[in-house]
Amino acid sequence: MNQIDASLVDWSRAQFALTAMYHWLFVPLTLGLAVIMSIMETIYYRTGDLKWKRTTKFWMKIFGINFAIGVATGIILEFEFGTNWSNYSWFVGDIFGAPLAIEGIFAFFMEATFIAVMFFGWDRVSKRFHLASTWLVTFGATMSALWILIANAWMQYPIGMQFNPDTVRNEMFDFWAIVLSPIAINKFTHTVLSGWMLGSAFVLGISSWYLIKGREKIFALDSIKIATIIGFVGILLSIYTGDGSAHQVADKQPMKLAAMEGLYDGGHGLGIVVIGALDPNKKFDDGKSPYLFSIEIPKMLSFLAKRDLDAYVPGIRNIIEGGYETAEGEALSVEEKMRLGRLSIAGLADYRKAKKGGDAEAAIIAKAQLDENFKYFGYGYFKSPEDGIPNVALVFYAFRIMIILSGYFMLLFIIVWYFIYKKKYEKMKWLQWICLLSIPLAYITSQSGWVVSEVGRQPWAIQDILPVMAAVSSVNVGSVKATFFIFVALFTILLIAEVSIMVKQIAAGPEDLEEEPLNK
Amino acid sequence: MGNIKNFSDFMGLYVEGFKKMTWGRTLWIIIFIKLFIMFAVLKVFFFPNFLNSKADTPDQKSEYVSKELTNRN
Repeated sequence: MNQIDASLVDWSRAQFALTAMYHWLFVPLTLGLAVIMSIMETIYYRTGDLKWKRTTKFWMKIFGINFAIGVATGIILEFEFGTNWSNYSWFVGDIFGAPLAIEGIFAFFMEATFIAVMFFGWDRVSKRFHLASTWLVTFGATMSALWILIANAWMQYPIGMQFNPDTVRNEMFDFWAIVLSPIAINKFTHTVLSGWMLGSAFVLGISSWYLIKGREKIFALDSIKIATIIGFVGILLSIYTGDGSAHQVADKQPMKLAAMEGLYDGGHGLGIVVIGALDPNKKFDDGKSPYLFSIEIPKMLSFLAKRDLDAYVPGIRNIIEGGYETAEGEALSVEEKMRLGRLSIAGLADYRKAKKGGDAEAAIIAKAQLDENFKYFGYGYFKSPEDGIPNVALVFYAFRIMIILSGYFMLLFIIVWYFIYKKKYEKMKWLQWICLLSIPLAYITSQSGWVVSEVGRQPWAIQDILPVMAAVSSVNVGSVKATFFIFVALFTILLIAEVSIMVKQIAAGPEDLEEEPLNK
Repeated sequence: MGNIKNFSDFMGLYVEGFKKMTWGRTLWIIIFIKLFIMFAVLKVFFFPNFLNSKADTPDQKSEYVSKELTNRN
C-alpha cells in the first residue's frame, strides 16, 4: 500500500487555496466594474453628456489595472493541477479540459480583441462600436467565469460522464448535462452577482473618498448613483440564487449543508441559526449541543433546504450513521459506503489485472463490480467515517460572515442611495468614511462564499468519487512547502504593485477631456 | 466603425494605442515580469508535469495512475 503523508495533502491544499484566493481578489472586481463601466458608457451614448464619458474612462482605467495585474494568475492553478494534483488531472480527463479550453478561447479572442478597442478606440471607432466593444468585454469576462464555474460545479456534482477503467479517466458522454447542471447555473449566477456587489462596494468606497477630500463632487455622486443601484440589484438577485444553491446543496451535498449549520443531529422542522458560536470540543457522536449559544429562526432550515417547514434535514451524525429516508431510498452509513468504495477500487485493480492476463471473463466480472459501486469509489480511501466531515467551524463561521456582510451591504446601498436621492450624502462625512472603510469587507464577503463552497465539500476533490488524499500526487512535501512560500512572496509583491498603481491613479483622479469644458 | 476600415487600421489601433500609453507602460512591464516568472521560472523549475516524469505514453500514464489509485491507502 502507498501511504500518503497527511501533511502533503494539507500543504497542497493550502497552496491551491492561497492561489485561488489571490486570483479571486481580481476576478469579482473585474466582473463588477465591467458592468458598472458598461452602464456608464451606455448613459454617455444615450445622453451625449461628456461627464459620463469622463466617469466611464476613469473606472475603465481602474478596470484595466485590476485586469492587467490579475490576468493569468489563474494559470498558476493549472500548473498546480499538473504537478500536485496529477491523479486528479488524469482521472477527470476531458471533463475538466473542455470547459477550460473554451474559457481560454473566450478569454483570449473576445476579451483581448475588444479590450483593445475599449481602451485605444475612443476616438478611432464610432460611439456605437465602442459601446458594443465595452459590453463585449463585459460579456467575455462573464462567459469566462461561466466555463470555470461549470468545471467547478462538476466537481461538486459529477454528472454526464462515464469512468473508463482502460484509460483510468472519466469520459464525457453528455456535454449539456454538465453545462446545464443545476449546480452550475446557480453557482455561475451567484458568483457573477457577488462580483457586482464587490464592484459596487469598491466604486462606492472610492467615490466616497473623493467626497471626503472635497474633490470631483459630480463625478463621485454620479458614480455612487450607479454603484448603489447595481450593488443592490446584485445582492437582491444573489439572495435568490444563493437560496437556489443552498437548496441544491441540501439535495446533493448534505454534509456541506450540515457543516454550514453546525448541525450534528438532524430532525424535522429545524430552524436556521442566524447567529451562534460553536463548542470547539464537540464530537460528532457525543449527543451534546454543538452551540455555546445560538439564535434561530424556527423551521427555516427545513423550509430553505426542502421547501417544507416540517421536512427532515440530516445532521453530521445522521449522515455518518445513515438510516434516514432520502428520495433514493434509505441513506447508507459512511461505513457501508467505505465498504462499497473498496469493492469498486478492488474491481478496478482486478479488471486491469484480468485485461493484462487476457482473462476476458474475469475482466467482465471485475468491471461489473467496479461499475456497480463506482458512485462510492472515493469512500474506499477513508480510514474512518469521520474522514468525511469537513472543517465545521470554518464553514459555519464563513457562511455567517458571508450572509451578515451581504445584509450589511444591502442596507448600506439602500441608505446611501436614499441620501443621494435626498441630496444630503455629499455632506455626510461619517457615512462616506463607512463606505470607504467597507471596501475590505466586500472582499471578505466574497472570499467567505468560496470558503463555504470549497471547504464545505471537503474531503472531496470530486464529490463521492475522489477525495483529496487520492487526488494528490506523490510529490515531496518539501517542494510543496517551498512553492507555497514562493507564492506568498510573489503574490505579496504583485499585490503591492497593483495597489500602488491603483492608489496613484485614484489620487490623480479622472482626467479632463479635451473636447469641451466639463460641468465640474 | 469610425476610422477603422480594414485590418491594417485595426492593427494601427493597437500600435498607436501602445505608443501613446502613459500609465499603461508600467502595467505592461509588470505583466511581462509576471509572465516570465510564471512560465520561465515556476513552470520550468517548480511545476513540471508530474505524470510526464513517471510515464511517456498515455497507456503508461493510465497504468501509473491506476496503481496510484488502487494501492493508495
